[in-house]
Amino acid sequence: MATPLIEFKDVSKRFYDKVVLERVNLQIYEREVTTIIGLSGTGKTVLLKHIIGLHKPDEGTILFRGQPLDKIRRRDLPMSYMFQGNALFDSMTVFENIALPLQETTNLSPAEVRQRVMTRIEQMELADAVGKYPSEISGGMQKRVALARALVTDPQIVLFDEPTTGQDPVRKNAILGMIAQYQRTFGFTAILVSHEIPDVYFISNRILALYGKSIVFQGTPEEFEDFDHPFKEEVVHSLEGLQKELTGLHSRRQFKLRYQGQLRGGALGETYAVAVFSLDGLDAVAANLGHDAAQEAIRSLGVFLGKHFGAIGGFSTRRSLNEYVTVLPTTDRAEADSILGEYVRDFQGQEQAILDIWSSAQKLSASAVCVELAMLAGLAQGRSDEDIDSVIARARREQKVVSRIRCINQGEGR
Amino acid sequence: MTPDPKPGNEAGRQPVRWLTDPFAALGRKAINWVNNLGAATIFLSLGVLRIFRPKQLMKVLEQLYLIGAGSVPIIMLVGLFTGMVLGLQSYHALVKFGSQGALGTLVALSLIRELGPVLTAIMITARAGSAITAEIGSQRISEQIDALGTMRIDPLRYLISPRVAASIISFPLLTAIFDVVGIVGGYISGVLLLGVNAGTYLYRVESSVDMKDVTDGFVKAIVFAVIVTTVCCYQGYFAHMRSDSYGARAIGRSTTAAVVISCVLILIADYIVTSLLI
Repeated sequence: MATPLIEFKDVSKRFYDKVVLERVNLQIYEREVTTIIGLSGTGKTVLLKHIIGLHKPDEGTILFRGQPLDKIRRRDLPMSYMFQGNALFDSMTVFENIALPLQETTNLSPAEVRQRVMTRIEQMELADAVGKYPSEISGGMQKRVALARALVTDPQIVLFDEPTTGQDPVRKNAILGMIAQYQRTFGFTAILVSHEIPDVYFISNRILALYGKSIVFQGTPEEFEDFDHPFKEEVVHSLEGLQKELTGLHSRRQFKLRYQGQLRGGALGETYAVAVFSLDGLDAVAANLGHDAAQEAIRSLGVFLGKHFGAIGGFSTRRSLNEYVTVLPTTDRAEADSILGEYVRDFQGQEQAILDIWSSAQKLSASAVCVELAMLAGLAQGRSDEDIDSVIARARREQKVVSRIRCINQGEGR
Repeated sequence: MTPDPKPGNEAGRQPVRWLTDPFAALGRKAINWVNNLGAATIFLSLGVLRIFRPKQLMKVLEQLYLIGAGSVPIIMLVGLFTGMVLGLQSYHALVKFGSQGALGTLVALSLIRELGPVLTAIMITARAGSAITAEIGSQRISEQIDALGTMRIDPLRYLISPRVAASIISFPLLTAIFDVVGIVGGYISGVLLLGVNAGTYLYRVESSVDMKDVTDGFVKAIVFAVIVTTVCCYQGYFAHMRSDSYGARAIGRSTTAAVVISCVLILIADYIVTSLLI
């Protein structure tokens, strides 16, 4: 494997007589999204502050691209940090807050600074808040100002300390979606501290689990699914219910339990149908109408899936940022086709709610661009003795456009 | 394994600890004081060195406005009444010896050599010094100073150096304003209200004040500027390190400490500088 971007070797830290980190070993790789999870007060923020150099380890070494971090001047570290409490300058306006790092650390002309700041302000949907002070805007907007300030210098590494704290479910997912999108666009390495399990799985390449003052797991979200440790019982299962906040659907664990209980325990050869749903065009919605509008579409789809298929005995889960899986027990392919047809007809009746939200987003962003979102669905039939992942993969391959939502703009029709 | 101490031994140690504890506490305080003095000196030195970095001019001008220009009205008000009281008291003392003609000399020298620099420094401490501590302390508690560090902005350069530079420039200027307004105050009470001859008053002011008196007053003002800025910035910058309080209370206590320590140090430094210059 490549040389880690950041590596902790037996790092320990104590404050007075309280040990916070004990022989922590971890690796963080370049251009990945790495999420540190753990319960409150277990030292996640302290760990993050070691990376940016705000704390020094009492024992052990931190390496940056193989070099000891304490031998590197801070100005040579291409890092930004987004504080849990935002740490905005309360006597400066939103514009001044975002412009500060550019004004103080670069030789850009005032016009260039203004242009760069305004670009970020537009991307973060903060146009209305430019001249306001942090105390005059909502907590969600403050979060976005902090994010804009962290990204304005185009850093190579961005550290996010609980970026979604205090946000509503749609906004939480919008912020995570925003981080994921910017990470893809700008290619920076993102290191997050988060409680938002399982939402962070959807955007993370690697998960680090901090438990009992040490890192007890490092690996991909998929590997974390199979991780057998008291940490999962104490931490993950207590936090997983949060998924319901956004969609009301089963968490992956609940889905797995229900699947095992209902399908694996059934008669040998009993059939069931799996439907895989996703939305195409979300990036365009996020770019033109904002991340909230994109998340609203994801949420609406999830909520409607849960209601529609729940009523006929099906159960659904969110598999990734933009993919839902529904299982229809004791259903064959022909029945599933007919159920899907009914679902699509019902969903088209629900489109207006999404369009209304988009229409308000359009007014806010003053966007003249009309966006189109396509819902894709694929079906596959499985047997109780068959591995569900292979059935899901088959259904994914069968995906085709079943419905389109097109915003109405300047006299255009749907 | 360490054996349990016998009760008899414990009792035996009691009188010794009773005797040594006060000295130990005194020693700890002394070490702490020396540590703080060293840290504040390093803090000031780093702050002064960073004055000459790029992009500092606008920040220095902004602080000049806040510390200097903003303090002009209060300095003029205090200077006027100080001069008037000085004129009034001195007149009644001098008239007993028939020397009321020397009123101009007494008012001018008292103000330029002593009262001007000292009272100006104390007034700026009360007005701007407390604000500096509260502002920097609040920035420290709300992680704004940490945020500067993460943005690769040197907090000492950004927050401390402009204040040090602005104080060094504005203290002597405000002292000069205080002196002039104070002399006008002495004129109002001595000449306009008590009937001292105007020509005599102004002649005595002009003839008795040497350039050395003025420059000594400015030297004191610069020394006080360094003291006040260092103490006020230091107290705010390290508000989070206080062992007696946290958060908003730490800012309050730091602000109080900054004003008290500054005032005490101004008076101590005044004696030392006077004895060196005289």
